Amino acid sequence: MVIKKTPQRRIFEICNIIIMLALVVVTLYPMIYIIFASFSVPIEFLAHRGLLFRPLGFDTIAYEKAFTHPLLLSGYGNTLFVVIVGVCVNILLTSIAAYFLSRENVLWQRPIAFFIIFTMYFSGGIIPMYLTVTQDFNLQDSLWSLILPVAINTFNLMIMRTGLAAVPASLEESARIDGAGHFTILFRIVLPLAMPTVAVMILYYGVFHWNSWFNASLFILSPDKYPLQLVLRQILLSNDTASMTGGVDAGSQLAVSETLKYAIIIIATVPILCVYPFLQRYFVKGVMIGAVKG
Amino acid sequence: MYAAKKYTKKAIRQDWHRNWALYLLMIPVLLFYLCFCYKPMYGAIIAFKDYDPVMGILGSDWVGLKNFTDFFQSSDFVRVFRNTIKISVLNILFGFPAPIILALLINELEQKKFAKTVQTITYMPHFISLVVVCGLIKDFVSDSGVITSILGMFGFPQVNMLQEPGMFVPIYIISGIWQEIGWGSIIYLAALAGVDQQLYEAASIDGAGRLRQTFSVTLPGIMPTIVTMFILKLGTIMNVGFEKIILLYDPITYETADVISSYVYRKGIVDSDYGFSTAVGLFNSVINFALIIISNTISRRVNDTSLW
Repeated sequence: MVIKKTPQRRIFEICNIIIMLALVVVTLYPMIYIIFASFSVPIEFLAHRGLLFRPLGFDTIAYEKAFTHPLLLSGYGNTLFVVIVGVCVNILLTSIAAYFLSRENVLWQRPIAFFIIFTMYFSGGIIPMYLTVTQDFNLQDSLWSLILPVAINTFNLMIMRTGLAAVPASLEESARIDGAGHFTILFRIVLPLAMPTVAVMILYYGVFHWNSWFNASLFILSPDKYPLQLVLRQILLSNDTASMTGGVDAGSQLAVSETLKYAIIIIATVPILCVYPFLQRYFVKGVMIGAVKG
Repeated sequence: MYAAKKYTKKAIRQDWHRNWALYLLMIPVLLFYLCFCYKPMYGAIIAFKDYDPVMGILGSDWVGLKNFTDFFQSSDFVRVFRNTIKISVLNILFGFPAPIILALLINELEQKKFAKTVQTITYMPHFISLVVVCGLIKDFVSDSGVITSILGMFGFPQVNMLQEPGMFVPIYIISGIWQEIGWGSIIYLAALAGVDQQLYEAASIDGAGRLRQTFSVTLPGIMPTIVTMFILKLGTIMNVGFEKIILLYDPITYETADVISSYVYRKGIVDSDYGFSTAVGLFNSVINFALIIISNTISRRVNDTSLW
């Protein structure tokens, strides 16, 4: 059915495209600004006001300073450790719990489901959590304090439960007849068949660990154990850049510290933005699975 | 889901025979919930105690409701309560419709490739860390920042906007929309894709123009999703997260920026006033819990959709 477009419709379509383009510019410009700023000549950048449409000159001193920053490399290492080990723990525990909740014919499922779901709606609060981690489990200043207390995110668990419930029960029944136990069924049959859901979980947990900073600010005391985001917070939000630009004279020191901020943002964000376009559809898929009533 | 069962001796024995490995696998999961969810809930009883770290939770003296009455009588109570509600309500007022409007506009785009690109780009800020976003906000609205300079062209004063109490809430809400508008639109786009295409044909045969179709077909089609999201949002009205607040606020802007959760953080972690801040947090948790239960019940009545 072809309908001729009315003039109003044409005007609307053009306006709509303009609005969308404006939105795209507003979304992307801050990121482009960061890139331009990080490559600018520090002194010129410091004197500049307003929008940037190209780097002011070209200088990589900010990146040179960034990579010699003592906390940046250790921060990267700590974050990588937390992301890799943390995601392994997350996936292992979340898939076991999701498998348990998605089975039929499990006698104690209902009380245990209540036990788990209740924690989504009520929590002891941040102070009792802080006391639990630091005093009962003695995890203060250990990277495990960033992994164990967040080993399962119950919202993610509910997404995964929905994903695993979609695996046909007949496959498991036949495996069971062939003598497979729960362990084999979960790791050899259900998880491989639910790989897209597992991928969504890896991404959600991975991004969570990469971006999280608050628990580290509570539990981690020694700077050499800071994860990347905590190092970033110190540099971006406490203006503590003067200490790491030694060797440059005082005037340009202030200037370098400005472009250095942007270089560090780039270094900390690039890994996420690099994988993002390829994995975008998985992220979106997670929202879809979660939207189905569980 | 999670059907109720009869716990007879025979059923228990059969279930153990069939599922013992499953329960064994669940031990670490249950330990996690016990240690890091239920242990802190138990620890929350220090809200009713004069907590002394040396004496521990059990050894500290009971003080009844003293911590709560201290909070209700302090001048901070009105401030943090008012700010929490104000930020929440304004956030719903402006932040809630934004993704719906975006989804409707994306849905009207005829070039599907362009629509996909817009989607991919607008989802992106959701994945940028809060620390980076707040660092950027701080930089862009400083006295020489990009946004301040642009606003300066329209005659706005060139000041550090984060030091202006009146500017905190707008900055908080606008940056929130910037970061979440695309991600929030996904669920509405999915609902839009589910609207029956025949309804559009029928409407246009009846002489409805595109605008008319939007109001008579599209909006009613996604209304259940909108209502559900709105009700669930209302359930979180007393729950303003502290992470972004404590990254952006400053003693000068406490007047407008300090909310219950940031107050709990400051009193507890910074000032080590554990009993008092736990009481404030518990007060907030109980309200949140009640609101979520109420909103869920309403959602189930209205739409047959709920979180559980």
